[in-house]
Amino acid sequence: MNHKIVTEKLNAYFGDIHAVRGIDIRIPKNMITAIIGPSGCGKSTLIRCMNRMHEVVPGAQVTGRVLLDGIDIYSRQMDPVIVRSKVGMVFQKPNPFPTMSIYDNVVAGLRLNGVKDRDTLDKVVEKSLRLAALWDEVKDQLDQSGVSISGGQQQRLCIARALAIQPEVLLLDEPCSALDPIATAKIEDLLFDLKEDYTIVIVTHNMQQAARIADYTAFMYLGELIEFGETKKIFENPDNELTEKYITGRFG
Amino acid sequence: MNAYEYRRLKNRLASGLALTCVILAMIPLLYILASVVMKGAPALSWEFLTNRTVGTGEPGEGIGNAIVGTLLLVLYASMIGLPVGILTGVYISEYGNNRFGATVRFFNDVLANFPSIVIGLLAYALVVTYLNVGFSLIAGAVALAIIEIPIVANTTEEALRMVPNSLREGALALGISRWRTVIKVMLSSAKAGIVTGALLAIARISGETAPLLLTAFYSNYWSFSPTEPVASLPLTIFRNYNSPSEVLLEQAWGAAIVLIMIVLSLNVSVRLFMRRNANKGQKVRMR
Amino acid sequence: MSPRKAYETELKELDRLIEKMATMTSEAIELAVRSFEKLETDLAEKVKKIDEEMYGLNVDIEKRCLEVIALQSPVAKDLRTIGTYLKVITDFDRIARYARDIAEVTIHAKAMAHFKPLVSIPHMAELAERMVDLSVEAFLNRNISLTKEVFELEDKVDSLYDEIFREVITYMMEDSKKISIGINYTLVARYLERIADHACNISERVIYMVTGQRVVKE
Repeated sequence: MNHKIVTEKLNAYFGDIHAVRGIDIRIPKNMITAIIGPSGCGKSTLIRCMNRMHEVVPGAQVTGRVLLDGIDIYSRQMDPVIVRSKVGMVFQKPNPFPTMSIYDNVVAGLRLNGVKDRDTLDKVVEKSLRLAALWDEVKDQLDQSGVSISGGQQQRLCIARALAIQPEVLLLDEPCSALDPIATAKIEDLLFDLKEDYTIVIVTHNMQQAARIADYTAFMYLGELIEFGETKKIFENPDNELTEKYITGRFG
Repeated sequence: MNAYEYRRLKNRLASGLALTCVILAMIPLLYILASVVMKGAPALSWEFLTNRTVGTGEPGEGIGNAIVGTLLLVLYASMIGLPVGILTGVYISEYGNNRFGATVRFFNDVLANFPSIVIGLLAYALVVTYLNVGFSLIAGAVALAIIEIPIVANTTEEALRMVPNSLREGALALGISRWRTVIKVMLSSAKAGIVTGALLAIARISGETAPLLLTAFYSNYWSFSPTEPVASLPLTIFRNYNSPSEVLLEQAWGAAIVLIMIVLSLNVSVRLFMRRNANKGQKVRMR
Repeated sequence: MSPRKAYETELKELDRLIEKMATMTSEAIELAVRSFEKLETDLAEKVKKIDEEMYGLNVDIEKRCLEVIALQSPVAKDLRTIGTYLKVITDFDRIARYARDIAEVTIHAKAMAHFKPLVSIPHMAELAERMVDLSVEAFLNRNISLTKEVFELEDKVDSLYDEIFREVITYMMEDSKKISIGINYTLVARYLERIADHACNISERVIYMVTGQRVVKE
């Protein structure tokens, strides 16, 4: 099986706080990998290391290697801006740019990197919004503000925006936690379709969500990777007792 | 009286006290406005606004050149002060956490509290004397710019701080470089706050008097060359006030009205601008 | 107590009900065999009562299991346990049903005398009873080491069944008056063989519940 992202002895710090401890994880290509674990276990920090967003926080530090298709994204010559254009991210709270229209939001990543041709942009807008299952709902209101649509739609807009720059990997940090069940279901369906062409890593608080959509699941606790395996196995017969305790809700 | 009634009474007393204080505070303001209008209204006329100053109190004298002078001083000052101030604000906001940034912030705060006459002295030493330009419009503009910069820097930094970090992260995560993120994404979100800050700073410097004494000085003529002294409304008031002429005294009040009008209209446009922006954000079109 | 109070309480109640049903199963088969040996009808009546009660338990436990699945989303060991409960209640129910069938034979065959000291059938009954006891114990104590013997005994029971079948046919062919009781013997032997088979099922489920491995039938 192909691994899209491989971390080696990855450690991440917020100043003195050791948030991610020596993690070696292998994210399979074109599959959905879920990362679960109690609050504060480091799962968000882990994925933020995969697109070099962790270092944006003042005082943050990363040691170890993160290999994207075999190339270390933390090597000296690697430009973080380029890494982020290959590894996209969708955040917990939908964050469309409020001063831009829906159209502008989708192409923001392209336009602000120099793409100006109107035709190209038009095509990208339609393609990305279709991928995000949002085209039919907003195609007649592309010039309206990015924040004038519902929460679930805003989140799909953010997904469209992330997909517009054609990343290879899509990282999602609890994308549905601010959404109602119907919006959540729409996004889960969408991820299921996307995995054919993208590698997806999703951090989630909701174990049932991981069970529903993920092919592989990683369980983290206090910064460490406790268990990683096929979702079916983790939820039917996990190897590690701590994993069992967590997923059956017996963390007291 | 039970507890509820007692509480209501306390509430009413507190509200009443606050209201009284507000009225007390407003009294001087209203008194000034009333005095100014009463004393200065007789001076207002078309000739008053278009004729130039002479300084003798003869009929036919006006404050036209002072009005233009003030406007030009503010314009030139803002051409320097606004860009520098905004960029400083951006820098402090983005890099204020490292050592150099913290230093910049510190100096900015110091400058903000500098006595304006000292700034005038600085501009005098620099432009009037050292560069040998002499008393001039440009010297005055420089002094006003120096006063303007820290005000604008602070409001810009405030405005940028109000932009939620999630926007910044969202832009960075799209593979947009840091400076483009700041300029294209964050500044446009902070636009309202920055413009408000700029307008308020302009209103403030229109009324500065002391620095102009040492830099722009005064002139009774219509020439507005940057290297020549220029008339201004605050200094007109200052000069006329000391004069024995009744006409000139009245004109001082008239000039005060004009100055107040300028400042007031700037403040009002800030309000209108803010209201327009607030409405823009709330427009939700449902389908 | 762990954070999921309602869940834990419900699981405990389920455990209690299943334990009751399991113990009643052992009881049922014991009484049934004895009643057949000694041709005592009141023992037989007791077995019928047990079977009725167990049917009620079967329905109740199934209902509760499905409720837990709908409301609590059990996973891992909890899921395997609930899944096992759903399956073994059928096995318990069947065992009790066959025990009752054996008891019914007693009631009807009361008038007839046994035509030979029941050599093979009591032995078979003993084995079947032992198998049920072992599987019930393995189930209640989550002890998979006991299941090994159950599987071994199954072969013996099967061969005993063949033996009894042949023996009875011989007797029936000899004397047509013995056909009636011969058929009853065959039925009892058949029920015992089925009971043994269900005991094996229970053992297999216990292994899955504890280890997560499914036993593959050769």
